[in-house]
Amino acid sequence: MGKKLIGKKLGMTRYFIEDGVSVPVTIIKAGPCVVIQKKSSEKDGYEAIQVGFETQEEKRVNQPLKGHFKAAGDIFCRYLAEIRVDDAAAFEVGQEIKSDIFEIGDIVQVSGRSKGRGFAGVTKRWGFSGGRKTHGSRSHRVPGSIGMSATPGRVFKGKKLPGRMGNQRITIKNLEILDLRPEQDIIALKGSVPGSRNSLVEIVKI
Amino acid sequence: MNVIEMIEKEQMRLDIPDFKPGDTIRVHARIKEGEKERIQTFQGVVLRKRKGNTGATFTVRKVSYGIGVERIFPLHSPNIDRIEVITRGRVKRAKLYYLRKLRGKAARIKEKRT
Repeated sequence: MGKKLIGKKLGMTRYFIEDGVSVPVTIIKAGPCVVIQKKSSEKDGYEAIQVGFETQEEKRVNQPLKGHFKAAGDIFCRYLAEIRVDDAAAFEVGQEIKSDIFEIGDIVQVSGRSKGRGFAGVTKRWGFSGGRKTHGSRSHRVPGSIGMSATPGRVFKGKKLPGRMGNQRITIKNLEILDLRPEQDIIALKGSVPGSRNSLVEIVKI
Repeated sequence: MNVIEMIEKEQMRLDIPDFKPGDTIRVHARIKEGEKERIQTFQGVVLRKRKGNTGATFTVRKVSYGIGVERIFPLHSPNIDRIEVITRGRVKRAKLYYLRKLRGKAARIKEKRT
Protein backbone atom coordinates (compact mmCIF):
# COMPACT_ATOMS: atom_id res chain seq x y z
CA MET A 1 0.00 0.00 0.00
CA GLY A 2 1.16 3.49 -0.61
CA LYS A 3 3.36 3.19 -3.67
CA LYS A 4 1.23 5.25 -5.97
CA LEU A 5 1.82 8.25 -8.22
CA ILE A 6 -0.25 10.50 -10.42
CA GLY A 7 1.08 11.04 -13.91
CA LYS A 8 0.42 12.12 -17.42
CA LYS A 9 0.63 9.88 -20.47
CA LEU A 10 3.09 11.41 -22.93
CA GLY A 11 2.87 8.89 -25.73
CA MET A 12 4.28 5.63 -27.01
CA THR A 13 7.49 4.53 -28.67
CA ARG A 14 9.61 1.40 -28.79
CA TYR A 15 12.63 0.11 -26.90
CA PHE A 16 15.18 -2.39 -28.09
CA ILE A 17 15.77 -4.70 -25.13
CA GLU A 18 18.25 -7.56 -24.82
CA ASP A 19 18.60 -9.81 -27.91
CA GLY A 20 17.50 -6.83 -30.01
CA VAL A 21 13.81 -7.48 -29.37
CA SER A 22 11.69 -4.41 -30.00
CA VAL A 23 8.98 -3.86 -27.39
CA PRO A 24 6.18 -1.25 -27.32
CA VAL A 25 6.66 1.26 -24.52
CA THR A 26 4.46 3.95 -22.98
CA ILE A 27 6.21 7.04 -21.67
CA ILE A 28 4.59 8.61 -18.61
CA LYS A 29 5.50 11.80 -16.81
CA ALA A 30 4.98 10.53 -13.26
CA GLY A 31 4.97 13.06 -10.44
CA PRO A 32 6.30 14.99 -8.73
CA CYS A 33 3.27 14.84 -6.44
CA VAL A 34 3.14 17.38 -3.61
CA VAL A 35 1.51 16.44 -0.33
CA ILE A 36 -1.38 18.89 0.19
CA GLN A 37 -3.19 17.36 3.14
CA LYS A 38 -2.79 14.51 5.61
CA LYS A 39 -5.76 12.42 6.66
CA SER A 40 -5.61 10.54 9.95
CA SER A 41 -7.70 7.72 11.34
CA GLU A 42 -8.68 9.85 14.39
CA LYS A 43 -10.05 12.71 12.34
CA ASP A 44 -11.07 11.19 9.00
CA GLY A 45 -11.45 7.51 9.87
CA TYR A 46 -8.62 6.37 7.59
CA GLU A 47 -4.96 7.06 6.94
CA ALA A 48 -4.18 8.76 3.65
CA ILE A 49 -2.37 11.67 2.08
CA GLN A 50 -3.84 14.00 -0.48
CA VAL A 51 -1.43 14.92 -3.25
CA GLY A 52 -1.49 17.48 -6.00
CA PHE A 53 -0.03 17.09 -9.49
CA GLU A 54 1.05 19.81 -11.90
CA THR A 55 1.29 23.24 -10.37
CA GLN A 56 -0.54 26.13 -11.97
CA GLU A 57 -1.18 29.83 -11.44
CA GLU A 58 -3.14 30.95 -8.42
CA LYS A 59 -5.73 32.78 -10.53
CA ARG A 60 -6.72 29.56 -12.27
CA VAL A 61 -7.89 27.93 -9.00
CA ASN A 62 -11.45 28.49 -7.82
CA GLN A 63 -12.15 30.11 -4.48
CA PRO A 64 -12.94 27.02 -2.34
CA LEU A 65 -9.79 25.22 -3.54
CA LYS A 66 -7.73 28.38 -3.12
CA GLY A 67 -8.25 28.23 0.64
CA HIS A 68 -7.38 24.55 0.64
CA PHE A 69 -4.12 25.17 -1.24
CA LYS A 70 -3.26 28.21 0.92
CA ALA A 71 -3.40 25.95 3.99
CA ALA A 72 -0.81 23.72 2.33
CA GLY A 73 1.54 26.63 1.83
CA ASP A 74 0.58 28.28 -1.48
CA ILE A 75 0.99 25.23 -3.72
CA PHE A 76 -1.65 25.45 -6.45
CA CYS A 77 -2.24 22.24 -8.38
CA ARG A 78 -4.31 21.25 -11.35
CA TYR A 79 -5.15 17.75 -10.16
CA LEU A 80 -5.75 16.29 -6.70
CA ALA A 81 -5.76 12.66 -5.67
CA GLU A 82 -5.59 10.60 -2.53
CA ILE A 83 -3.05 7.93 -1.69
CA ARG A 84 -3.84 5.45 1.07
CA VAL A 85 -0.83 4.97 3.31
CA ASP A 86 -0.21 3.02 6.52
CA ASP A 87 1.00 6.03 8.46
CA ALA A 88 0.17 9.50 7.20
CA ALA A 89 2.15 11.13 10.02
CA ALA A 90 5.35 10.00 8.30
CA PHE A 91 4.70 12.54 5.54
CA GLU A 92 4.88 16.31 5.69
CA VAL A 93 2.68 18.84 3.93
CA GLY A 94 4.64 20.24 0.98
CA GLN A 95 6.78 17.14 0.63
CA GLU A 96 7.39 15.97 -2.94
CA ILE A 97 6.86 12.35 -3.91
CA LYS A 98 8.87 11.50 -7.00
CA SER A 99 9.10 8.53 -9.31
CA ASP A 100 12.13 7.16 -7.41
CA ILE A 101 9.69 5.30 -5.15
CA PHE A 102 9.59 2.74 -7.98
CA GLU A 103 12.45 0.64 -9.31
CA ILE A 104 13.26 -0.69 -12.74
CA GLY A 105 11.64 -4.11 -13.06
CA ASP A 106 8.71 -3.34 -10.76
CA ILE A 107 5.30 -4.58 -11.85
CA VAL A 108 2.62 -1.88 -11.68
CA GLN A 109 -1.00 -1.32 -12.62
CA VAL A 110 -2.18 1.81 -14.37
CA SER A 111 -5.66 3.33 -14.23
CA GLY A 112 -6.94 6.02 -16.51
CA ARG A 113 -9.89 7.18 -18.53
CA SER A 114 -10.12 5.49 -21.91
CA LYS A 115 -10.65 7.41 -25.16
CA GLY A 116 -14.33 8.16 -25.75
CA ARG A 117 -15.72 6.54 -28.91
CA GLY A 118 -19.18 8.15 -28.70
CA PHE A 119 -22.26 6.16 -29.67
CA ALA A 120 -20.68 3.07 -31.21
CA GLY A 121 -22.31 0.21 -33.09
CA VAL A 122 -21.97 -3.47 -32.22
CA THR A 123 -19.13 -4.13 -34.66
CA LYS A 124 -16.85 -1.64 -32.96
CA ARG A 125 -18.20 -1.95 -29.43
CA TRP A 126 -18.53 -5.72 -29.06
CA GLY A 127 -16.59 -7.06 -32.03
CA PHE A 128 -19.61 -8.57 -33.87
CA SER A 129 -18.51 -9.90 -37.22
CA GLY A 130 -21.34 -8.26 -39.19
CA GLY A 131 -22.68 -9.38 -42.53
CA ARG A 132 -21.17 -9.73 -45.98
CA LYS A 133 -20.09 -6.57 -47.73
CA THR A 134 -21.00 -7.77 -51.26
CA HIS A 135 -22.95 -10.49 -53.07
CA GLY A 136 -26.29 -8.72 -52.59
CA SER A 137 -25.95 -8.46 -48.83
CA ARG A 138 -27.62 -5.44 -47.31
CA SER A 139 -26.68 -6.10 -43.69
CA HIS A 140 -23.12 -4.87 -43.25
CA ARG A 141 -22.61 -3.79 -39.64
CA VAL A 142 -26.02 -4.55 -38.11
CA PRO A 143 -26.50 -6.67 -34.94
CA GLY A 144 -29.03 -9.05 -36.56
CA SER A 145 -31.64 -10.77 -34.39
CA ILE A 146 -31.57 -9.72 -30.75
CA GLY A 147 -33.76 -12.53 -29.39
CA MET A 148 -36.42 -15.21 -29.92
CA SER A 149 -40.21 -14.95 -30.46
CA ALA A 150 -43.07 -15.48 -27.97
CA THR A 151 -40.76 -17.48 -25.69
CA PRO A 152 -39.25 -15.60 -23.90
CA GLY A 153 -41.02 -12.65 -25.56
CA ARG A 154 -38.44 -10.18 -24.33
CA VAL A 155 -34.81 -9.24 -24.90
CA PHE A 156 -32.47 -10.73 -22.33
CA LYS A 157 -30.80 -8.41 -19.87
CA GLY A 158 -27.22 -7.59 -20.69
CA LYS A 159 -27.72 -8.13 -24.44
CA LYS A 160 -24.83 -6.55 -26.32
CA LEU A 161 -26.26 -3.61 -28.24
CA PRO A 162 -24.99 -0.27 -29.60
CA GLY A 163 -24.29 2.49 -27.10
CA ARG A 164 -21.73 4.79 -25.56
CA MET A 165 -18.25 3.34 -25.74
CA GLY A 166 -15.05 4.36 -23.99
CA ASN A 167 -14.59 7.30 -21.62
CA GLN A 168 -14.56 4.83 -18.72
CA ARG A 169 -12.07 4.22 -15.99
CA ILE A 170 -9.92 1.30 -17.13
CA THR A 171 -7.18 -0.45 -15.16
CA ILE A 172 -4.39 -2.32 -16.89
CA LYS A 173 -2.48 -4.70 -14.63
CA ASN A 174 0.99 -6.26 -14.78
CA LEU A 175 2.94 -3.59 -16.65
CA GLU A 176 6.68 -3.76 -16.19
CA ILE A 177 8.80 -0.67 -15.60
CA LEU A 178 11.52 -0.79 -18.27
CA ASP A 179 13.09 2.60 -17.67
CA LEU A 180 13.02 5.14 -14.89
CA ARG A 181 14.46 8.66 -14.80
CA PRO A 182 13.54 10.37 -11.53
CA GLU A 183 15.47 13.53 -12.46
CA GLN A 184 13.14 14.01 -15.43
CA ASP A 185 10.09 12.37 -13.75
CA ILE A 186 9.82 9.88 -16.60
CA ILE A 187 8.67 6.28 -16.40
CA ALA A 188 8.69 3.88 -19.35
CA LEU A 189 6.21 1.01 -19.09
CA LYS A 190 6.12 -2.07 -21.27
CA GLY A 191 2.77 -2.10 -23.05
CA SER A 192 -0.06 0.36 -23.49
CA VAL A 193 -2.12 2.32 -20.95
CA PRO A 194 -5.65 3.72 -21.26
CA GLY A 195 -6.37 7.22 -22.49
CA SER A 196 -5.06 9.67 -25.02
CA ARG A 197 -1.85 11.65 -24.87
CA ASN A 198 -1.76 14.14 -21.97
CA SER A 199 -4.47 12.23 -20.10
CA LEU A 200 -4.19 11.66 -16.37
CA VAL A 201 -3.12 8.22 -15.15
CA GLU A 202 -2.58 6.60 -11.75
CA ILE A 203 0.37 4.27 -11.32
CA VAL A 204 0.16 1.79 -8.42
CA LYS A 205 2.72 -0.81 -7.49
CA ILE A 206 1.27 -4.33 -7.16
CA MET B 1 12.61 19.10 -27.05
CA ASN B 2 9.72 16.71 -26.85
CA VAL B 3 10.42 13.96 -24.28
CA ILE B 4 9.50 11.12 -26.62
CA GLU B 5 11.82 12.46 -29.32
CA MET B 6 14.58 12.80 -26.77
CA ILE B 7 14.18 9.18 -25.63
CA GLU B 8 14.08 7.98 -29.24
CA LYS B 9 17.24 9.92 -30.09
CA GLU B 10 19.07 7.98 -27.37
CA GLN B 11 17.98 4.67 -28.83
CA MET B 12 18.98 5.56 -32.37
CA ARG B 13 22.23 4.38 -33.89
CA LEU B 14 24.47 6.98 -35.41
CA ASP B 15 27.03 4.53 -36.83
CA ILE B 16 24.78 3.37 -39.69
CA PRO B 17 26.13 4.62 -43.05
CA ASP B 18 23.93 6.63 -45.37
CA PHE B 19 22.34 4.54 -48.12
CA LYS B 20 19.37 4.98 -50.42
CA PRO B 21 16.93 2.77 -52.32
CA GLY B 22 18.72 1.31 -55.33
CA ASP B 23 22.00 0.86 -53.50
CA THR B 24 23.44 -2.60 -53.09
CA ILE B 25 24.34 -3.21 -49.45
CA ARG B 26 25.62 -6.03 -47.30
CA VAL B 27 23.98 -6.30 -43.87
CA HIS B 28 25.89 -8.09 -41.14
CA ALA B 29 23.16 -9.33 -38.81
CA ARG B 30 23.75 -10.92 -35.42
CA ILE B 31 21.96 -14.22 -35.01
CA LYS B 32 21.60 -16.03 -31.72
CA GLU B 33 21.41 -19.80 -31.83
CA GLY B 34 20.95 -21.09 -28.30
CA GLU B 35 24.00 -19.82 -26.46
CA LYS B 36 26.15 -19.08 -29.50
CA GLU B 37 26.04 -15.88 -31.44
CA ARG B 38 27.18 -15.61 -35.02
CA ILE B 39 27.04 -13.07 -37.80
CA GLN B 40 25.12 -13.68 -40.98
CA THR B 41 25.44 -11.48 -44.04
CA PHE B 42 22.64 -10.59 -46.39
CA GLN B 43 23.55 -8.81 -49.61
CA GLY B 44 21.05 -7.25 -51.96
CA VAL B 45 19.35 -4.18 -53.33
CA VAL B 46 17.59 -1.74 -51.00
CA LEU B 47 13.95 -1.69 -52.10
CA ARG B 48 12.71 0.93 -49.70
CA LYS B 49 13.41 2.85 -46.52
CA ARG B 50 10.68 3.70 -44.04
CA LYS B 51 11.15 6.71 -41.82
CA GLY B 52 10.23 7.16 -38.16
CA ASN B 53 12.97 7.65 -35.58
CA THR B 54 13.45 4.33 -33.77
CA GLY B 55 10.78 2.63 -35.84
CA ALA B 56 12.60 3.14 -39.15
CA THR B 57 13.08 0.03 -41.29
CA PHE B 58 14.58 -0.86 -44.65
CA THR B 59 13.94 -3.74 -47.04
CA VAL B 60 16.72 -5.60 -48.84
CA ARG B 61 15.98 -7.87 -51.80
CA LYS B 62 18.20 -10.49 -53.34
CA VAL B 63 17.65 -13.35 -55.73
CA SER B 64 18.84 -16.60 -54.20
CA TYR B 65 18.91 -19.68 -56.44
CA GLY B 66 16.33 -18.09 -58.73
CA ILE B 67 13.98 -17.21 -55.86
CA GLY B 68 13.50 -13.63 -54.74
CA VAL B 69 14.14 -13.15 -51.01
CA GLU B 70 13.31 -9.94 -49.14
CA ARG B 71 14.29 -9.11 -45.58
CA ILE B 72 13.06 -6.20 -43.54
CA PHE B 73 15.52 -4.88 -40.94
CA PRO B 74 14.82 -2.31 -38.23
CA LEU B 75 17.34 0.41 -39.02
CA HIS B 76 18.28 1.00 -35.37
CA SER B 77 18.21 -2.61 -34.19
CA PRO B 78 21.19 -3.65 -32.04
CA ASN B 79 21.09 -6.94 -33.97
CA ILE B 80 22.66 -5.22 -36.95
CA ASP B 81 26.40 -5.48 -36.53
CA ARG B 82 27.28 -3.23 -39.45
CA ILE B 83 26.18 -2.28 -42.95
CA GLU B 84 28.49 -2.09 -45.96
CA VAL B 85 27.50 -0.08 -49.01
CA ILE B 86 28.75 -1.96 -52.08
CA THR B 87 27.42 0.13 -54.97
CA ARG B 88 25.31 3.24 -55.30
CA GLY B 89 22.47 2.79 -57.77
CA ARG B 90 20.88 5.39 -60.02
CA VAL B 91 17.09 5.05 -59.69
CA LYS B 92 14.17 7.39 -60.27
CA ARG B 93 11.85 6.05 -57.56
CA ALA B 94 11.88 6.02 -53.77
CA LYS B 95 10.23 2.57 -53.60
CA LEU B 96 11.55 0.04 -56.07
CA TYR B 97 8.63 -2.40 -55.98
CA TYR B 98 8.83 -2.73 -59.79
CA LEU B 99 11.96 -4.84 -59.34
CA ARG B 100 9.82 -7.71 -58.05
CA LYS B 101 8.32 -8.27 -61.49
CA LEU B 102 11.66 -8.14 -63.28
CA ARG B 103 14.24 -10.88 -63.50
CA GLY B 104 17.66 -11.40 -64.99
CA LYS B 105 19.13 -8.61 -67.10
CA ALA B 106 16.06 -6.39 -66.74
CA ALA B 107 16.43 -6.31 -62.94
CA ARG B 108 19.84 -4.66 -63.10
CA ILE B 109 20.29 -1.16 -61.68
CA LYS B 110 22.69 1.30 -63.28
CA GLU B 111 25.47 2.49 -61.06
CA LYS B 112 25.46 6.11 -60.03
CA ARG B 113 28.11 8.20 -61.73
CA THR B 114 30.13 10.24 -59.34
